[in-house]
Amino acid sequence: MIIEHPLLGPRDAAEFVYLGDASLIDRPDWDNPDGDKEFFEYLYLRDNPEGIHRELWYHEQGDRSWLVVTRNTLTHEILNVELARQVALAMGR
Amino acid sequence: MWRDPEPQQHYDVIIIGAGHGMAAAYYLAKVYGIRKVAVLEKGWLGSGNTGRNTTIIRSNYLLPGNEPFYEFSMKLWEGLEQDFNFNAMVSQRGILNLFHSDPQRDAFARRGNSMLLAGADAVLLDENLIRKMCPFLDYENARFPVKGALWQPRGGTVRHDAVVWGYARGADRLGVDIIQNCEVTGFDIQDGICLGVETTKGPIKANKVGVSVAGSSSKVMAQAGMRLPMESHVLQAFVSEGLKPCLPGVITFGAGHFYVSQSDKGGLVFGGDLDGYNSYAQRGNLPTVEDVCEGGMAIMPMIGKARLLRMWGGLMDMSMDGSPIIDKTHISGLYFNGGWCYGGFKATPASGYCMAHLLAKDEPHHTATAFRFDRFNKGLMIDEKGVGAQPNLH
Repeated sequence: MIIEHPLLGPRDAAEFVYLGDASLIDRPDWDNPDGDKEFFEYLYLRDNPEGIHRELWYHEQGDRSWLVVTRNTLTHEILNVELARQVALAMGR
Repeated sequence: MWRDPEPQQHYDVIIIGAGHGMAAAYYLAKVYGIRKVAVLEKGWLGSGNTGRNTTIIRSNYLLPGNEPFYEFSMKLWEGLEQDFNFNAMVSQRGILNLFHSDPQRDAFARRGNSMLLAGADAVLLDENLIRKMCPFLDYENARFPVKGALWQPRGGTVRHDAVVWGYARGADRLGVDIIQNCEVTGFDIQDGICLGVETTKGPIKANKVGVSVAGSSSKVMAQAGMRLPMESHVLQAFVSEGLKPCLPGVITFGAGHFYVSQSDKGGLVFGGDLDGYNSYAQRGNLPTVEDVCEGGMAIMPMIGKARLLRMWGGLMDMSMDGSPIIDKTHISGLYFNGGWCYGGFKATPASGYCMAHLLAKDEPHHTATAFRFDRFNKGLMIDEKGVGAQPNLH
C-alpha cells in the first residue's frame, strides 16, 4: 500500500506503524461521571467495519507525524489521508 | 459423507459457522445429547479459516486462564480420530520454540514449568541436543545464535480439512443438519431474547443461537447490536514446493516471528506476523511477505533454496488481549465463541467442546471460565504477551 502523505507525498506503508481506529483521537475525559464506562468502550470496543475505515498511522520511519487514513478494509484501497493534528483541531480537541 | 438438508423451521440450537461450530455441534450431539441442531455455513465446509491455517497443534501457553484449556484441546486431539472414526492425520511430531539469549531461556523455562503444572509436556533443550535434531539451523547466526529450545514433543500438525470433515460426518450421523451456502443476515431479537436468525434461506427459529464465525465476528454480532473488543486482521501463510522430508517437526523462531513445519506432501508450511492493519480482504501485502522470508532465512538458510508454491491470507478476529471469548451475551439465548486471534486451529476440539458445554448447561466448561466478555472492564485480561489493548501486537 502507498500512503499519500499530505506533506511528503507518496510513501510506502512499510514506513508506518498502525495504531487502529481513528476514534482513538477522541479520548474521553477521566473526570466524566461515566468516565469508567467511557474508558472501557474507548480502550476495548471497536466498530471493526468491513469497508470504509478511518484509522491512525504513525510515520515512524519518516517525519513522525500521525495521519488519519481513510481506507477500504475489503480492497486495501486508500481513499483519503489527513494530518491527525488537523483532524483533532477540527474536532475541537 | 453427510446429508444436504433444507433448514427446518425450528431447532433447539443453531450454530453459525462450520469451523469451530462444527466441533461444537458434534459434541452437543454426542456428549450432551442435544441433536436437534443446525450448523449454518455461509460458504462451503472448509471455505473459511478451516482451510486457511498452518495446521499446527500445541499446548505451550503460559497463563493459568489459557494453558489448561489448550491442554484439554491437546488431549482431545490425541483421541480425536478414535472418537469420530476418521483419519485426521494427527501427527505429534513435536514443536521446538527456539531461544536465542539467556533471558529468553529463563522465560521459556518458566513457560515450560507452567505447562507441566497444567499436565502438558515440556522439555528444555540445549544447543547440542537441537543440533542432532535439526542440523540445518543457523547456530552461528551473528545476531540471533540458536542457544536452545523449549520442546513440546506432543505438539505437531493435523490435516486441517479432515478435522472438519470428521466432525461434519460425525455430527451428521447424530442428526445435526449441516446447511451450507446459508448466510445469516440478521437475528430475531425481541425484548432482549434471541428467538432465531434471518438467513438467505429464510428465517429459522431456535431456542439458542451460537455464533462462531472467526474473522467475521464483529460483522455478525453487529447485526445483534453488539460491538466487540476485536479487530479483524489479515494473516498470511505460505507453502513451498514439495520436498523430501527435512524438518523433524514444527520449528519457531524466537527472535522474530516465523514458524515452519513440513506437510505430509512435503511442502514447507510457514508464516509469521500479521500484516498489522484492519482487513477483511483475505489477502495481504508484500512487506509482510518479505519480513516472513527474512525470518526464515535467519534461522534456516536452506529455506532460500525452496521455491514458493502458494500463499494466502486469512481473517483473524484479534481480541484486545490476544485470548478468546466463549461466553453468553447480554441477549438471552445468544452465545458467542470467537476472538481466536491467529491461534484458533489448535483450539478447535476444546473450543467446540466448551461451546457445546456452554450451550447445553448455560455455564462455562471448567477449562474455559476465564474466556469471558466482561474480563476487559473487570481488569481480568489474559494477555500472554503483555502488550496491552493493541490487537496487531498480539
